[in-house]
Amino acid sequence: MSIVSALGHGQGGGGTSPAVAAPRRRARGGAYLLLAPGIAYLGLFFVIPVVALLVTSLYVPVPGGEVGQFAPAFEWRNYTAALATYWPQLVRSFAYAFVATVAALAIGYPMAYVIAVRARGRPFLQGLLLVLVIAPFFTSFILRTIAWKQILADESFVVSAIRAVGLLPPDGRLTATGFAVVAGLTYNFLPFMTLPIYANLERLDPRMLEAGADLYADGPTTFRRVTLPLSLPGVVSGTLLTFIPASGDFVNSVLLGNTSTTMIGQVVDSRFFKVSDYPTAAALSVVLMVAILVLVIAYVRRAGTEELL
Amino acid sequence: MSGGQGAGALAAAVGVADRTDRTAAPAPLGDRGRPRRRSPGRWRLGDAVVPVFAALAFLYLLVPIAYTVAFSFNDAGRTNLVWRGFTLENWANPCGAPAVCEAFVNSLQVGAIATVASTVLGTLVALALVRYRFRGRTLANLLIFLPMSTPEVVLGAALLAQFLSLRINPGFGTVVVSHIMFCISFVVVTVKARVASLDPRLEEAAADLYASSWQAFWRVTFPLLVPGILAAALLAFSLSFDDFIITNFNSGSFTTFPKFVYVSATRGIPAQANVIGSAMFGLALALVVAVQVVSAARRRRRT
Amino acid sequence: MAGPDARSGADLVLDRVTKEFAGVPAVDDLSLTVPAGSFFALLGPSGCGKTTTLRMVAGLERPSDGRILIGGDDVTHTRAHQRPVNTVFQSYALFPHLTVLENVAFGLRRRREPDPLGRARQALELVELPHLAERRPNQLSGGQQQRVALARAVVNNPAVLLLDEPLGALDLKLRRQMQVELKRIQTEVGLTFVHVTHDQEEAMTMADTVAVMNAGRIEQLGSPAELYEMPRTAFVANFLGQSNLLRGTVVENGGALVGVDVGGARVRVPAERAVRTSGDVLVGVRPEKLHLLRDGEAVPDDCNVVGPGRVTDVSFTGVSTQYQVEVPALGTLGVFVQNLLGGAAVGLGEQVRLACAVRHTFALDGDDDVASGVVALDESA
Repeated sequence: MSIVSALGHGQGGGGTSPAVAAPRRRARGGAYLLLAPGIAYLGLFFVIPVVALLVTSLYVPVPGGEVGQFAPAFEWRNYTAALATYWPQLVRSFAYAFVATVAALAIGYPMAYVIAVRARGRPFLQGLLLVLVIAPFFTSFILRTIAWKQILADESFVVSAIRAVGLLPPDGRLTATGFAVVAGLTYNFLPFMTLPIYANLERLDPRMLEAGADLYADGPTTFRRVTLPLSLPGVVSGTLLTFIPASGDFVNSVLLGNTSTTMIGQVVDSRFFKVSDYPTAAALSVVLMVAILVLVIAYVRRAGTEELL
Repeated sequence: MSGGQGAGALAAAVGVADRTDRTAAPAPLGDRGRPRRRSPGRWRLGDAVVPVFAALAFLYLLVPIAYTVAFSFNDAGRTNLVWRGFTLENWANPCGAPAVCEAFVNSLQVGAIATVASTVLGTLVALALVRYRFRGRTLANLLIFLPMSTPEVVLGAALLAQFLSLRINPGFGTVVVSHIMFCISFVVVTVKARVASLDPRLEEAAADLYASSWQAFWRVTFPLLVPGILAAALLAFSLSFDDFIITNFNSGSFTTFPKFVYVSATRGIPAQANVIGSAMFGLALALVVAVQVVSAARRRRRT
Repeated sequence: MAGPDARSGADLVLDRVTKEFAGVPAVDDLSLTVPAGSFFALLGPSGCGKTTTLRMVAGLERPSDGRILIGGDDVTHTRAHQRPVNTVFQSYALFPHLTVLENVAFGLRRRREPDPLGRARQALELVELPHLAERRPNQLSGGQQQRVALARAVVNNPAVLLLDEPLGALDLKLRRQMQVELKRIQTEVGLTFVHVTHDQEEAMTMADTVAVMNAGRIEQLGSPAELYEMPRTAFVANFLGQSNLLRGTVVENGGALVGVDVGGARVRVPAERAVRTSGDVLVGVRPEKLHLLRDGEAVPDDCNVVGPGRVTDVSFTGVSTQYQVEVPALGTLGVFVQNLLGGAAVGLGEQVRLACAVRHTFALDGDDDVASGVVALDESA
């Protein structure tokens, strides 16, 4: 499976559908005419900016200049310096994103399964559950994150309740912890995990499950040997759709964390705006982008070539 | 929503609404609509575990939304942190807090422009990618894919680096430009799925029935793409409307609704922000429910 | 543009048409004339080039070489929408966003003909679906969709109407019904129909003329009876019904009958039923033309006789009983015996001789592959 199709998969269910083999026309200029505006736009406002970012990441401060004044250079040490200082935040970002992705998978897969398989044949229930999954899209994500901040606040009744039950020591807190940040990330990206898996399971032919049972597989075995492998493309796009934005996010760590939960996005943001250290911010962005690309390619290669389990 | 990345999934969700009228293939003979028959036998614990777990997950999803809506009715005063009593005052006067409505209107304007522009550009690209074989197709696909696999901080920082080096002052224009950029890929992916699901024989049939290629496109292909294009536009709008990270990099002193909420989080968010958030939620929910009801009715009529 | 007024159809001529895909010929130097008003079938296994031929006539593919003429006009270089040709697609390709009526009126509207809806309604009456005019295609059954597709094509009064496996998606009973229906409609509207199918029975039931295609070429062309009674290649002999083909060598020729030595036995074949009258030949007999002769039974007049052989299989099919008889030096022959008396007349393991009237025997080129055109188990549709 190509990376492109991995991400493209969940959308509208195009990915693996055996689309009727379109009679591809040979380009008679028409293709380029259709492509030109969009591709030119992405060239201007994606490719060139990324190049600008690369160039900026090698700048050096103007000697004796004001804060925020830099001169073109090829200072590769910007990268080593940035990494030496901020590797903990970088590692933490990937660790948080990873845990959040696993958690979202653990929560999202059963949701998708219930909607697609258990609610099959009950259109009203299915529609309702789907709307519930999509519902978070319709409220501002910042507002929802702030809601979590207040729900998890020390004085909130939720936290008091948890303390009362004894799940949390009397002086324990949920807000401003790494746990809260990961929970926030999980929460924010859960629909992105659930929907592609749902889209995939929804197309699963129920007769396959019956065939599994017919061939002496019990429920869990049918799931493990039939359902899960068939839903793998959905799982792959779901995890990518969760992991990529989660690793670059800083809203959750700002609103729900503390100074020891800082993520790399936060560093980029503050390098840019608080201290106008453009080269460091740019270098960290480049590192983040490259690291994610490498991880994604490795992941998709692996998921594409090997059976799960 | 935060991750521009994840938004593609929304398209899947929107696509759900029109999954039934995709092609004119002969009605499936299968019995997919039939309720699952339970095998007789003992009740098993395993059957209940998954639904219960899923119910808890749904609760998890909905709690903060309920909280946001509830606190739009809070008699908050200046900071909307603790419950001080029920009031309709915030709903009666949603622009009561300074700058809330201005930020909201800004977001609507940015969203409208970004939606139209990215939908047009993305649809054209999608048509080219599905319908033609040409040199550089792989490269074009890669260029569409990369913005989706790049975290928003990087996109924001890159655009800002470019604007700074061109000495362009960030503001309304730069926000619109960057929103169009990150929306295009999602439009392409959404519309592409729709184009790919079209039976190419339909265009041949049109040509066979004396339609020129121009007429075949406007009379047959385009009407069939409309649901996909609408889904893409809806997606683009919701992406743009809810974007915070990229906007934060490229807006200068210009404020959108998410940015307003984020910035005022430290000082205390006015309850009017919850009102606007809740109203948008209600509106979108009503829209989706309407679409679901209509398509369910259509499905019933068909069978 | 839309060419001749096509009230009674027009001649279709393919003149040395070749179509290559990436250098591989799908249709190879094919020439063909379909007379106006006839029902013509292109019959062949999948991949034989019949659909490509059809698509070239429709204008959906361009020939690599050769010319296509409709009613005398060279249309080789006109586009699909400029040809007076309409197609009933295999998947029907009905427009899902238009009502049945608008689907049928589509072509009329494109050509700006007067009263498109009125004429569309008439076409729907022709296919007996006027009550479904306002439905959408996906609210119809497969058979109904098929009729709408037909109406949508017929309503334009095309010079040539093309049918691409139009009954392929229907179940057996419905297919029989539609075969009769199609034939009726063709007679009623008098258009030139070109029908592509892999189903020999379908082709023979409906068409006046059948062209059997194989590997991009036409193997034989003729009326269904001609093709069946006197196949000219092993492919036709096997693809249309079944044949027993026996290797032999001509030992006597010159007269009205050709003498052939088949595994030591001498059989006679009418010279006009022999593709070649010297050297190696394949002697062919249809299974239902063979009689079983038990020990002592007299040989009827003017018959070829082979055997004795042993009956290795007997299957009762209702109207007939099918036997497999293993004849030493010749191999296994199939025999169909009409079930006139009830029950099997000959038992398993019995020794029998096989007789066949000389006038039912035919001879093919000995270089033909005995098995060509036999439908293999894994490709039978």
